[in-house]
Amino acid sequence: MNNLLDVNDLEIVFSRRGRKDVRAVDKVSFSVAPGETVGLVGESGCGKSVTSLAIMGLLPKRGVRLGGSIAFEGTELIGLPQDKLRRMRGRDLAMVFQDPMTSLNPVVPIGTQVTEVLVRHRDMGADAARKEAADLLARVGIPDPSRRLKEYPHQLSGGMRQRALIAMALAAKPRLLIADEPTTALDVTIQAQILELLKELVRESGTALIMITHDLGVVAGMCDTVHVMYSGRIVERAQRHELFAHPRHPYTGGLLASIPRLDQPRGERLEPIQGSPRDMLAWSQGCAFAPRCRNRVDECVGEAPVLAPARPDHEVRCYNPLGGSDDR
Amino acid sequence: MTDDVLMSVRGLKVHFPIRKGVLVDRVVGHVRAVDGVDLDIRRGQTYGLVGESGCGKSTLGRAMLRLVEPTDGTITFDGTDVRALKTEPMRLLRKRLQMVFQDPLASLDPRQSVESVLTEPLRTHGFPGKPADRVRELLDVVGLPANAAGRYPHEFSGGQRQRIGIARAIALNPDLIIADEPVSALDVSIQAQIVNLLEDLQEQLGLTYVVVAHDLAVVRHVSDTIGVMYLGSIVEESPSDDLYAEPLHPYTIALMSAIPIPDPVVEERRERILLTGDLPSPANIPPGCRFHTRCPFRQTTRCADEVPSLREIRPGRKVACHWSEEIVSGRIQAAASSHDPTATEVGAPV
Repeated sequence: MNNLLDVNDLEIVFSRRGRKDVRAVDKVSFSVAPGETVGLVGESGCGKSVTSLAIMGLLPKRGVRLGGSIAFEGTELIGLPQDKLRRMRGRDLAMVFQDPMTSLNPVVPIGTQVTEVLVRHRDMGADAARKEAADLLARVGIPDPSRRLKEYPHQLSGGMRQRALIAMALAAKPRLLIADEPTTALDVTIQAQILELLKELVRESGTALIMITHDLGVVAGMCDTVHVMYSGRIVERAQRHELFAHPRHPYTGGLLASIPRLDQPRGERLEPIQGSPRDMLAWSQGCAFAPRCRNRVDECVGEAPVLAPARPDHEVRCYNPLGGSDDR
Repeated sequence: MTDDVLMSVRGLKVHFPIRKGVLVDRVVGHVRAVDGVDLDIRRGQTYGLVGESGCGKSTLGRAMLRLVEPTDGTITFDGTDVRALKTEPMRLLRKRLQMVFQDPLASLDPRQSVESVLTEPLRTHGFPGKPADRVRELLDVVGLPANAAGRYPHEFSGGQRQRIGIARAIALNPDLIIADEPVSALDVSIQAQIVNLLEDLQEQLGLTYVVVAHDLAVVRHVSDTIGVMYLGSIVEESPSDDLYAEPLHPYTIALMSAIPIPDPVVEERRERILLTGDLPSPANIPPGCRFHTRCPFRQTTRCADEVPSLREIRPGRKVACHWSEEIVSGRIQAAASSHDPTATEVGAPV
């Protein structure tokens, strides 16, 4: 019971009058230990971002039904009153979003946006907060921080903005940081800088990190544990070395086979996953991935498979996983 | 010029004026988006243009088709001086030069059915035969069902929309297709489908491609030759197999080391060369070597004041760096890795 975060059977259902309910997240369970980096991986629409919004309590009340439990150090976050949640957000849990331009306020100087967190959560005076904010910007690698504090978001480059956002997220020394595609909008050389920064922060401050991404390369370099999501459910989870060496779910295997690798000789052809994420089955009718799966067997349509151990510390939701029993 | 070169570009420049003033319109400077590029694109091959956002790769691709009018330089396509053509001959030439765009939803008219999208170029250019037959044929070639003809772009998934964009590009049997980020808007599992389709079409139709993209792994997979762009200029050109094995230009070295590889074992062993600072503005390109402000291998002589030319230091391998030989042989080492956040960032404005 020494996990920082325990997500249990989380369900997120969007409902609109006159429309069918959309079950975006379906009985997702995972936990995050202090100092651990956990990856949630999947393609668009798999439910990874909604999961993070639910943890942060940022989903709208109307039209959204939450089920299951999200416990942060034993405190249940689902149904927690807004004022309590607001006190935790920023202080205990913080988030970095994909697009720094839309998550910074364009008409407020960077400095004000960073000091706001400090004044609110760390009871700092204006002067102390200003000094601390400059230190924070310097720490995330923004040169000439006291000048940058007076500038507006549009005066900063994309990489700088993302750094400023990380500085804001770290201002109150949160114990859990959620990064939702933090580098997707950035160029690779800037991405390398930001990922290095995140790794360093985790190492130095012991912050737990949830990385939400579609990029298996980013996962391979960052995450301790990886959860692969498909159509609202976790279909495979393992430590990263185990996962990349022995992918068992045909979806994970398919993803790995469909991306060209820079460090290997140019192969003849890529092996794509057929169809598109749109071609899915409802989990109530079987495995959602079945229509696109190369390993499909008769059982796949009917009752959905459960997440079950396939190897030590490796779970997979599949009737006919890759590798079989004679896996190396 | 050997005769297997389909398109040849010499000294191509695209400069956009920066204007100021309300009443008096004056030009206060230029954004040098493409700043002197030489390229040879060989028939039946794929030339990959890579670089980060703002390096001018898309503008270069468009300028090659005169979708953006170049400021200077020559473009020779199959013996024709493209820039000298007047409106009507240029229009006729466009049959042979086509483009595939990044975002298929933005480049397809939402109120135009697939049939109409594909028939329009056929009618405009008077393609022989019945348009309906050709549409059916095109849909089949790109792997869409025949009933797709009557449907509209929003009814398709991203991958299918890109197939429509590709069908439109090949409708008139072009020679050269410039594909600007053809897969970057798509989900990972779909990217491979489109990459394979482009490769199949190249083989079946003898197409020549210029693929513009920021994803080096994808570009290397499809390309025969790769040109790496930085701030409007090509800093390295190489057969794609050699580029990862032995990058020559410091920028390519850094770019290669920055790309995450989906294998934890490799990731843990790799040494990352982190670039500091951001891309300088193309309106204010550094003097000397344009990369010297961020270069981890920068030397005290030459780099800041002498423009390196793109020179062939090995057969087929060109690089615009004064010190390539020394860097490759290890005689010049990268400056200490600079992810120490207290280190001053080279190149950032102070």
